[in-house]
Amino acid sequence: MRLSRLARGILGAVTGVILLVIYLPLMVVLVNSFSTSTSLVWPPPGLTLEWWGRAFQSEGALEAVLTSVQIALIATLVSLVLGTLISLALQRFAFFGREAVSLLVILPIALPGIITGIALNNAFRTILGVQLSIATVIVAHATFCIVTVFNNVIARLRRLGTSYEEASADLGAGLWTTFRLVTFPQLRSALLAGGLLAFALSFDEIIVTTFTAGAGVKTLPIWILDNLFRPSQAPIVNVIAVVLVLVSIVPIYIAQRIAGAEKVSR
Amino acid sequence: MTVDTASPGQRIPVPPHRDTLARRGSISLSRHPRLRLTLMLSAPLLWLGLIYIVALAALLITALWTVDSFTGTITRSWTLDNIITVVTGSLYQTVTVRTVGVALLVTLIDILVALPIAFFMAKVASPRWQRILVIAVLMPLWASYLVKAYAWRSVLSQNGIFEWLVAPFGGETPGYGLPATVITLAYLWLPYVILPVYAGLERVPDSLLEASGDLGGKTWATLRLVVLPMIWPAIIAGSIFSFSLSLGDYITVNIVGGANQMLGNLVYTNVGAANNLPLAAAIALIPIVIIFGYLAVVRRTGALENL
Amino acid sequence: MTHLSARRARIRSSILTGLAIASVALLTACGTGGDGGTGGADSSEAPTELGENESTVSILAWPGYVEDGSNDPSVDWVSAFEEETGCMVTSKTYGTSDEAFNLMKTGEYDVVAASGDASLRLVAAGDVAPVNTDLIPNYEGIYDFLKMQDWNSVDGVAYGIPHGYGANLLMYNTDAVTPAPTSWDVVFDESAQYTGKVTAYDSPIYIADAAMYLMTHQPDLGIENPYSLDETQLAAAVDLLKAQRENIGEYWSDYLKSIQAFETGDTVVGTTWQVIRNSLAEGTPAEVVLPEEGVTGWSDTWMVASEAQSPNCAYAWLNYIASPEANAQATEYFGEAPSNQGACDFTVNPDQCEIFHAGDEEYASQIWYWSTPIEDCLDGRTDVKCTDYSDWTTAWQEIKG
Repeated sequence: MRLSRLARGILGAVTGVILLVIYLPLMVVLVNSFSTSTSLVWPPPGLTLEWWGRAFQSEGALEAVLTSVQIALIATLVSLVLGTLISLALQRFAFFGREAVSLLVILPIALPGIITGIALNNAFRTILGVQLSIATVIVAHATFCIVTVFNNVIARLRRLGTSYEEASADLGAGLWTTFRLVTFPQLRSALLAGGLLAFALSFDEIIVTTFTAGAGVKTLPIWILDNLFRPSQAPIVNVIAVVLVLVSIVPIYIAQRIAGAEKVSR
Repeated sequence: MTVDTASPGQRIPVPPHRDTLARRGSISLSRHPRLRLTLMLSAPLLWLGLIYIVALAALLITALWTVDSFTGTITRSWTLDNIITVVTGSLYQTVTVRTVGVALLVTLIDILVALPIAFFMAKVASPRWQRILVIAVLMPLWASYLVKAYAWRSVLSQNGIFEWLVAPFGGETPGYGLPATVITLAYLWLPYVILPVYAGLERVPDSLLEASGDLGGKTWATLRLVVLPMIWPAIIAGSIFSFSLSLGDYITVNIVGGANQMLGNLVYTNVGAANNLPLAAAIALIPIVIIFGYLAVVRRTGALENL
Repeated sequence: MTHLSARRARIRSSILTGLAIASVALLTACGTGGDGGTGGADSSEAPTELGENESTVSILAWPGYVEDGSNDPSVDWVSAFEEETGCMVTSKTYGTSDEAFNLMKTGEYDVVAASGDASLRLVAAGDVAPVNTDLIPNYEGIYDFLKMQDWNSVDGVAYGIPHGYGANLLMYNTDAVTPAPTSWDVVFDESAQYTGKVTAYDSPIYIADAAMYLMTHQPDLGIENPYSLDETQLAAAVDLLKAQRENIGEYWSDYLKSIQAFETGDTVVGTTWQVIRNSLAEGTPAEVVLPEEGVTGWSDTWMVASEAQSPNCAYAWLNYIASPEANAQATEYFGEAPSNQGACDFTVNPDQCEIFHAGDEEYASQIWYWSTPIEDCLDGRTDVKCTDYSDWTTAWQEIKG
């Protein structure tokens, strides 16, 4: 199959249109962050830099970002470990109940957030009797983040096969050594991709968070929810969103560089 | 590049053997694959089993209890009342049909949009552009869900951008309602569908496409007979995201859905305003059954094992 | 989305409150664990004198009630309190009255700002103590018509200090709705002419608005109190709301949504709060009116935990937040009428009190304060059982369909 110039052109145009639609609402957010209207009405009646100034003085927003980063980082780490273990087990072994395990991994993301949320809320409070806190959010997030790591890692493992590992073992390397020097480097970009998606998923999660966060735990989405209801705070929320989008380029770019580099060497 | 240490010809330093406890453990582990498997699976299974499955089971059991309406405490006497209410109530049927309809439409739209852009990214764009496009697709994920939903509220309002764009062609904004809900949800979950489809397409070797071409396969035939079967599992993986995220959503429909409610709203109201966890749990059974049905269908196509 | 809606569910008690409280105390006592409802309402006594201030006080409140400048540096009435009393404030906000009720059981909080539906439950469970209003000098400045009401006192014992109150008014677009409406019929019987552009408050408690409308328009139903409906009366209100549903553009529960919809013209008529009207962009053709049938509304209460670790700081906070200055700041920020008569001299907007009709007793008398409906009819009927809040929730979901 060779795509004609025309086909390539059409595909490119369609891609362009899709990207335009993807960025249209983000442009609205950007413009509204300068709007004089506190209710984000369109078109903006006037422009101002006030919200940008106020956003950077907002301790609440900064704390919320830090809380969210902290939760997302730990949840991602946990899901990286658990997701890798499961993928290795499922890919390298055939055993009874293998399908059930893969279903179990998918379930927390496949079932709607509100169900995961109320189930965990109920379990934490009435079964385990623990106070909702930042830890309960982390546990909840890690649970549904495992799947993104699992998806990426198992796809990579399937492609890799086991020959390098066997060679390593034949040369006398132990299991840990083999994992550290042979398996892990080959998984690195898959882990990065899975981890990045897990981080994003956790960072923006609101439904499960609502049900598992202690009253004092304010993640960024919860802070945003609160502030959309405070008089004249809505434009500040837009500023935060714009900043986040801009800041997010860095980790995505780094991940891309690493993944891209590996592809070149293959 | 040195990142990929698996490149043939590169030397991997193997530390000298020492007869340590760790080494002996390693040897015995490599001789007992079952033990290795058990060790590997125990942590994740304990986590998922103890935390998630127990929580889910407890929730389902709660559906069989009732709640005292003034004190808000749960009375632990067994009854099927909640489940009967949910199964027979016309409200729940209407809302279920509406919710599933929205989720299916969102999924369909997302797949249709994801296919061309993912194909362009994976097979047409240069490596440099590929990288830029992935960033472009991923970036909106970081602008908070709520902010994006409110942005769509603004876009779709009476004198919003949408109206302004389509008015010259005689169109008008759909206003707030189910169409707006479908559009907004499809927008929110799009990156989660594009990414797996893109990854799936990347795994299709270019040589295969060329072979198909050399054998006389027309473009469409190649796409349908070679590419589609190969990326089918990736599409399914994406659809699980968009379908289930839509199925449980209650915030977007509140913001742009006009007067409509979805299953998530019913669950949320019963937990929050009414403090009736047993009824909420009974309603939650509906999406659970739907998702299990969906996964079962998907499994039959063999897509799940390749997820 | 509904954390502001849940706050609107309040208990308006009646002569039967005593009975209801007694049965609640009994129920919580034999409840299924985790409740900790050890004492009844009379187990704790109000203090007769205060001691030295402790060093901290922990406050549980609705968002926007305890602002320390961390969200907006210019919105801060906590720092002044800390300087004045030496009590360092830690505050938590909650989303629903149920959440507040559960959080108070942890014993971590000294003070809570409770809505009507939480306040009586807290009293019944023994989580809050009677308040000796003699120890709160600023109590004197509170409007008399807010004192010792059904939702902040039990059997003549005060359980807290009134904070702020407000009404659910009718807002209309002056271009689209002419002549200016004087009745709620524009959102009920006459709503068809504005189809797709009518809004209503998204909460089961909104059923009371329909019931209040029926009190005037279908007197033979015999509704005496919109929070006390028997099955026939509820069915009539539900029918009215189902007919209204046909013409609803969207329901609202957060003010941003309502403000936007009125500014863009997506909504032209419906229930609102005064603060929403005030937040509309200049030039928006919209007005509010208190229709002839009356209105529903809310009133909140500051309460002290029965196991408060810092009771003296707790009293200091109650006194501080009831002071004209702080009461003015907090209620103006939230957008409601202050409870202190002196507050009007301290609002940033000199017309604040006039806009919100603070202290206007005649205005206040037209408000049916939100209350949670319970089985024992609030209007005193004993021959029938009334529908309770869970019935209302079910009905509300069916109305929305």
